[in-house]
Amino acid sequence: MSRSRNDPEDRRPSDVDLPEAEVARRLHRTWATPRTLKDALSTVDHKIIGRRYIATAFVFLILGGLLALAMRLQLAAPEARIIGPDRYNQIFTMHGTTMMFLFAVPVMEAVGVFLVPLMIGTRNIAFPKLNAFSYWIYLAGGILLWVAFAVDVGPDVGWFAYVPLAGPEFSPGKRADIWAQMITFTEVSALAVSVELVATIFKQRAPGMSLDRIPVFVWAMLVTSFLVIMAMPAIMVASTTLILDRLVGTHFYNPAEGGDALLWQHLFWFFGHPEVYIIFLPAVGMVSTMIPTFSGRPIFGYLALVMALIATGILSFGLWVHHMFTTGLPRLGESFFTASSMSIAVPAGVQIFCWIATLWAGRPQMKAPLLFICGFIFTFVMGGMTGVMVASVPLDSQVHDTYFVVAHFHYVLIGGALFPLVAAIYYWLPKATGRMMSERLGRVVFGLIFVGFHGTFFPMHILGLMGMPRRVYTYQPEMGWGGINLFVSVSALVLAAGFLLFFIDVFRSARSGPLAGPNPWNAPTLEWATSSPPESYNFLRIPVVSSANPLWDDPDGPSVASGLNIDRRELLVTSVVEALPEARESSPTDSIWPLFAALATAILLIASIFTPWAVVWGALPVTLALICWFWPKGEPEDEA
Amino acid sequence: MTAPTRHRPAPPARLFLLAPLVLSNCSGVQSALDTAATAAGHLRLLILSFTLICGVVWLLVMVMLGWALLRRRPAATDAGTQRRLTIAVSVCVAATVVIVGGLTTLSFLATRTLGSGEGEIEVVAVGQQWWWQFLYPAGGFQTVNELHIPVGRTVRIRLESPDVIHSFWVPSLSGKVDMIPGRTNALTLKAERPGLYRGQCAEFCGLQHSHMAFTVIAEDAATYARWMVEQARPARTPDTSHPDTSEAEAGRAVFLVKPCAACHTVRGTRAVGTTGPDLTHVGSRRTIAAGLLDTTRGTLAAWTADPQTLKPGTTMPLVPLTSDELRQVSAYLESLK
Amino acid sequence: MGSSRGTHAQTSGGSSGARILAALGLTFLCVISAAAVGWLRAPRQYRADPPVQDDLGRLRLMPNRIGGTPPESYFALGKPYEKTGYDLSQGKRLYTWFGCSTCHGDGRGKIGPSFLDGWWLYGPEMISVVASIRDGRPHGMPAYGNRMTSDQIWQLAGYVRTVGAYAPSPSATSRNDDPQTRPAENRGPAVQHFEQGPVGMNPRQGPSP
Repeated sequence: MSRSRNDPEDRRPSDVDLPEAEVARRLHRTWATPRTLKDALSTVDHKIIGRRYIATAFVFLILGGLLALAMRLQLAAPEARIIGPDRYNQIFTMHGTTMMFLFAVPVMEAVGVFLVPLMIGTRNIAFPKLNAFSYWIYLAGGILLWVAFAVDVGPDVGWFAYVPLAGPEFSPGKRADIWAQMITFTEVSALAVSVELVATIFKQRAPGMSLDRIPVFVWAMLVTSFLVIMAMPAIMVASTTLILDRLVGTHFYNPAEGGDALLWQHLFWFFGHPEVYIIFLPAVGMVSTMIPTFSGRPIFGYLALVMALIATGILSFGLWVHHMFTTGLPRLGESFFTASSMSIAVPAGVQIFCWIATLWAGRPQMKAPLLFICGFIFTFVMGGMTGVMVASVPLDSQVHDTYFVVAHFHYVLIGGALFPLVAAIYYWLPKATGRMMSERLGRVVFGLIFVGFHGTFFPMHILGLMGMPRRVYTYQPEMGWGGINLFVSVSALVLAAGFLLFFIDVFRSARSGPLAGPNPWNAPTLEWATSSPPESYNFLRIPVVSSANPLWDDPDGPSVASGLNIDRRELLVTSVVEALPEARESSPTDSIWPLFAALATAILLIASIFTPWAVVWGALPVTLALICWFWPKGEPEDEA
Repeated sequence: MTAPTRHRPAPPARLFLLAPLVLSNCSGVQSALDTAATAAGHLRLLILSFTLICGVVWLLVMVMLGWALLRRRPAATDAGTQRRLTIAVSVCVAATVVIVGGLTTLSFLATRTLGSGEGEIEVVAVGQQWWWQFLYPAGGFQTVNELHIPVGRTVRIRLESPDVIHSFWVPSLSGKVDMIPGRTNALTLKAERPGLYRGQCAEFCGLQHSHMAFTVIAEDAATYARWMVEQARPARTPDTSHPDTSEAEAGRAVFLVKPCAACHTVRGTRAVGTTGPDLTHVGSRRTIAAGLLDTTRGTLAAWTADPQTLKPGTTMPLVPLTSDELRQVSAYLESLK
Repeated sequence: MGSSRGTHAQTSGGSSGARILAALGLTFLCVISAAAVGWLRAPRQYRADPPVQDDLGRLRLMPNRIGGTPPESYFALGKPYEKTGYDLSQGKRLYTWFGCSTCHGDGRGKIGPSFLDGWWLYGPEMISVVASIRDGRPHGMPAYGNRMTSDQIWQLAGYVRTVGAYAPSPSATSRNDDPQTRPAENRGPAVQHFEQGPVGMNPRQGPSP
């Protein structure tokens, strides 16, 4: 390459004609985050932020899991008095909110933040300062929610916060406000990450990585990011109007003054259903990326898989009403939404059959990740089947809001997203830490999680058909649900034991696991072309891609492009479709201001729960932080 | 709760495939598979057929997965593999489309069969935090947490809510429909057999969502007619001449002086409050506090004395009563047959 | 080629990861200890314990029954009835259930005095309002002492005071899902919205006390 190298005006130092060691040394000086507290807080390295994001999300998974265990303790016996209704309502709300908003969505985006730049062969994510900001905002939202819960102001209206129950009259105090404002935090961080990912994927791919050579996981993150960008505004409107109703006394949801209680459900689920696919699509992307490695052959039906991802993304906006089948909607509408809800089984089926075909044609190696993927297919197909059942309006009228639905969505969320995520941790953790996880422990972990999961959630189908509604803090002995509930609670302990062992293995491996080397699995994608863990600059020289599986098709490793500046942060910008090199773009240096901007934003948002005037005076620090953030510092990036 | 368990033999051969599932479900107090109405019967059949079809599909996919993982592999892949795989995957996807289409049609037909026709009898059901009010416009009275319907006749229930969203659900008779403030939904019930059918709120509605149950009592036409006449009468005044009832009479006086009357109605007295349940015939109802306790003089006294401990957060406030007053009020309430 | 390692291999990976883990562990610990504190805190009380109930009724009033000293337990509880959203909203419900609106309307007064004119016939102190509700006042205000429990009276008094507050409180109740006749309690200060100065006494109230 490249045009810019031949640019006569360009006198800046580049990596051309320098020995590798010298290039590495200078790149390191340019890109690395020094080990001081200030630098740790101002870093914009996507790998460091991605790791933080993932670790924080897993902390929230543990917290949410502990809440689940608390609920199972209360439900193990009829009329138990371990947890009262007030606390129980907070617990199940916190469980749902934490798992959806603080674990599932952020962790998927975080894996994207960590992996996408590596998989597409660039040095950092687009808008890296925004990336840092999004992490701090997410952290602030999570802390807000959990501190509120700790001081007994945790939301108690369900993670869906249906009005009028979540409205001003029936939820006194600040509990529902905390929930609605926490949504704002996660919205902002998710939107920020999505914008970064879209820009990164479209404009920063390694030369030659045309659209049909992008790893499927990257495709999945692209579709997911678009889903976030289109779905989040709906919940933004919803949570803002809710908070206005509660704090300012507007009447969006007050039927007596022309508001409408059902409006909330439409807005919430217009976001809430795509949200499920925001969690699920990255997971299937991971599966599609891992299966070829363990089958030893390229994925079968790449085009079909990508099309299925896009189709799922589009269809996901047409199904939200199936959460509202019992609200008494017109018949015709219900039939339409039955058809659309069931039709999403088709792209899901396409993906499953393509995976099975890949496994069939290849030579599967039953390593821990593949074990979890098989567990995923086993479980997710089952969840898909119950999904087809609840898509039917009359059938749903019996099982809606019962434990049947609880079982269903844990099958699709744990089975469909958490299993692939655990597989992904086994698969990519060596890339992040440079050390392998234990294969033997992995089998035990899989056994415990798989058995514990099905023991916990399968009986819930039966409980639902036996008439046990969701979100009850207790039930009466005559109902005959006691035995199954006890079994479920005991199985939940097995599931928890599996996760405990998993986390132990993660820590053990990060400390003393066997060294992984650049490509321990003999995988075909670009992230395995660099060292494990990758250097701060990701790639010594930007790889040039000439096929969909560059590390397989090019036995000597991919050829590289040179010419990027090594004394300041520079990226290669390529064209959207063909990924032809277009320009060299400078990439921002570390900055503390995203942290301060996030702090100022957090103060504004939290204080506005207590006084509307916070929106006015709180805007000042935000403005200041943003001015400092964008203040020209005479650095080359300012010219860009 | 007094709703008794009714046992019905599982239908024989037809569903033997699902035997384990069916058997585990057929005898619930509140089971969707233990049906006593045509509508619920259709739904049961729908649930079972979906389960069967989906189960078979799942099994097929698992067999494919197992085969893909474990098959004996030839030394070299021949050139036609890719093409054969493409065909196989296409066939599978086509089959998915057909199955999904079939299930959609099945669901649509079920919707058509269920219908929501006119009712011969109209009842208004109002879900409140956390109890059920049933208004019988034809009789000019209301009852609480207990819905009486005649067997074999279609009852149209208008569903309303003055506070938050609730959901009306009697699994043995029909699917659920939400009660949404500001809207009116409707549901038709037609019980095939006399009996007690338990229902419960299915939409999370706050603190005591767990204790918001009611009973549907399906009875033959004559019993139902007698019940209608009984309910339409105002509350009977305790007979003061009788020693047993003098306590009840004293309780009536306490009831009217104390704040009870501000929220509760007892027809035939000055108590006309509408915030809480109508107590005109509270002594004749099977349960109090929305299915929480059987109606006895003891439970009535316990409930009046300390509702917040029995059902934390309930909207019935604690009322200061002396022990004598409490005894008298509970005697009075029990006498309201 | 592309995948060769630089001279600075592994400088940033493991060690900063460990630091982050430590930081996360610390955060985790903070959350857990905060949770422990929270669980020790009394949750919303749906009914006061009988001894507290009794004590809340022991008002030490001035001889003219205006002003005085609230009972010990009121301070021991942390004066919840004026500042916790839950107690205020309970007060709002009691306001409806016990028929206060029959005389006082939506707070603007009917045959009883208005709460929104900034004038309190018996003083604005919490204890005076409690005494008015419990013992009644001349010219029509009935006594509720034998119809409500002491904590209910305190809740109701707390609510009545937010209705007429000069400055909005963050914990004041918001609007109900009803047709609106006046802005919600948390949209104060009440005097800004309504009558300035004392509203003329209703003739049926009799002479001022």
